[in-house]
Amino acid sequence: MSEPSKPQGRKFQLPEHLKVYQNVWVIVEQERGIVHSVSLELLGEARKLADKLGVEVGAVVLGAESPDLNRICGDAISYGADIVYKVTDPALADYRTDPYCRVMTEVVNTHKPEIVLLGATTLGRDLAGAIATTLATGLTADCTELDIYADNRSLAATRPTFGGTLLCTIQTLAYRPQMATVRPRVMAMPERDDARSGRVVEIKPDLREEDIVTKVLNFIADREQNEAQLAFADIIVSAGKGLGKVENMKLVFDLAKVLGGEVGVTRPLVQAGWATNDRQVGQTGKTVRPKLYIAAGISGAIQHRVGMEKSDLILAINTDPNATIFDFAHLGLVGDALKILPALTDAFGRRLSVNRMAG
Amino acid sequence: MHIVVCIKQVPDSAQIRIHPVTNTIMRQGVPAIINPFDLFSLEEALRLKDKVGARVTVLTMGPPMAETSLRKALSLGADDAVLLTDRKFAGSDTLATSYALTSAIQKLAEEEPVDIVFCGKQTVDGDTAQVGPGIATRLGFEQLTYITRIEDLNIASKEIVVQRRSEGGVQVLKTRLPCMITMLEGTNTIRFGKMDDLFRAARYDLKTWSRDFTGAEETRVGLKGSPTVVSKVFVPKPRAEKAKMIVADADTPDAQAAAAIDAIFGAQPKLADDLLARAAAGL
Repeated sequence: MSEPSKPQGRKFQLPEHLKVYQNVWVIVEQERGIVHSVSLELLGEARKLADKLGVEVGAVVLGAESPDLNRICGDAISYGADIVYKVTDPALADYRTDPYCRVMTEVVNTHKPEIVLLGATTLGRDLAGAIATTLATGLTADCTELDIYADNRSLAATRPTFGGTLLCTIQTLAYRPQMATVRPRVMAMPERDDARSGRVVEIKPDLREEDIVTKVLNFIADREQNEAQLAFADIIVSAGKGLGKVENMKLVFDLAKVLGGEVGVTRPLVQAGWATNDRQVGQTGKTVRPKLYIAAGISGAIQHRVGMEKSDLILAINTDPNATIFDFAHLGLVGDALKILPALTDAFGRRLSVNRMAG
Repeated sequence: MHIVVCIKQVPDSAQIRIHPVTNTIMRQGVPAIINPFDLFSLEEALRLKDKVGARVTVLTMGPPMAETSLRKALSLGADDAVLLTDRKFAGSDTLATSYALTSAIQKLAEEEPVDIVFCGKQTVDGDTAQVGPGIATRLGFEQLTYITRIEDLNIASKEIVVQRRSEGGVQVLKTRLPCMITMLEGTNTIRFGKMDDLFRAARYDLKTWSRDFTGAEETRVGLKGSPTVVSKVFVPKPRAEKAKMIVADADTPDAQAAAAIDAIFGAQPKLADDLLARAAAGL
């Protein structure tokens, strides 16, 4: 319910008793020995924030003791952590809100980080909402940019607002830690550096399984990934309302197939039932950063833009030379996507097959 | 059994228009609806009511006009409705909002203990997904977010078995009431209201509660009770350079496509190599 207010936050000075809060933390998300890529992306971001503040990066790794967990602790250091808080207990083997929230609350209250970052995943959002409440502090969801206001060392968390039509920068005032979640692929993956060193702090919380009400009966892994794998696609061909009718979706699928890429869509197309929501790119869909993003018949609403603007190369095709998308695409082509898409499919097909014969 | 469903009234289109000159939000004329994510939770609550019998109370915090959404929920089959409204709540962030809503749920529990609180997964205007977990934590309820299915609910033993969406799979969780549930979208379809519920909704004497009534502390709601402040709202800056416009030799789709491919490979020579290598490998 926050309403826009005066930019009073920047002048704000932190009360003395909160200055003991230091360091930038990432809660590293791992389930069944697999670390979520968003946690590594966040370590890269935490590194930048910590360097600006002149403090250390802490990574919190929770789980049951296992070789996988030790490997993840090492990975955290390679990706930017100075300190790893390794929190182990059999009760932490599977994610459950209550034990994770209790343990994190205690670890934060003991070690007092000034910033805590989590991935905006089902785990991260579930946990962040709970611990921000126990810690009675501010939490900003789905940030697209994180920075430090130099004059008062506070976190400036920028996120889309009002359905993705505007951006707003949110600050947490006289409360610590400052918390934020960031969606996967919004931040760049840092370079792994195995020469980095760091220290591991072992924490053994006092958990008793009989005190935990919720039990995990089963875990049903997604076997066949029928869902579109947009987040890690190298090439994405996306369609917007400019395609006119659902039958024309074939044109983007044809081009994507020739390029070995995936098909993305804007929110209105999902709402119109032209595509399933696993293909939606944007604030309420997926964030992507492919090598090539072809936007066909997409006007360039901010809702969509925040999900794809970090692509290496964006080619926009639109009949309207004044379409917003030309403000942030790298290459623009004014024309009818319905005619240009099949021409691109043909031309790419020819060039690539010629080479195959030559090769 | 007593179920409370928290809903929020939001602007119908997420595409709120921006005034071209002043860059301010133009909310006039945007119709209000129940947050679409809340409807999956409302429907699930009504299904539990049909199946095992329950009193379903809908609760919202908002301006007086949020009454519309409460009456809509009543017309779909909710039994009671509470509007939590007070100028003191204005400017509440998610921490203050979950505190205020919790104070109302505790007030409701004085009449009849609350077994399940349903919330929407997130709202379409705020997108935070923080209020549900905030309420669960404050009430000490088991927290069940991103639920795809309620497999079983045993009233006698107060045990509930649910499926929860997580990264890479589905968790099957067994827990005890009381709990807070947020339903994943697409898990059910909101029903059509019955005619008699429609009449009842129109005549229903809405409960309107203030901060004083629920006993929420003044310093913990509104701007005062919110750790976060919005320090800046802005329209994103365009890239320093606009798109380089591709000019084709001729005004035909084929010429445009050829020019586009040249431009793509010109800008990203490595991409051309990758694609050609992949094509050569027969992929």
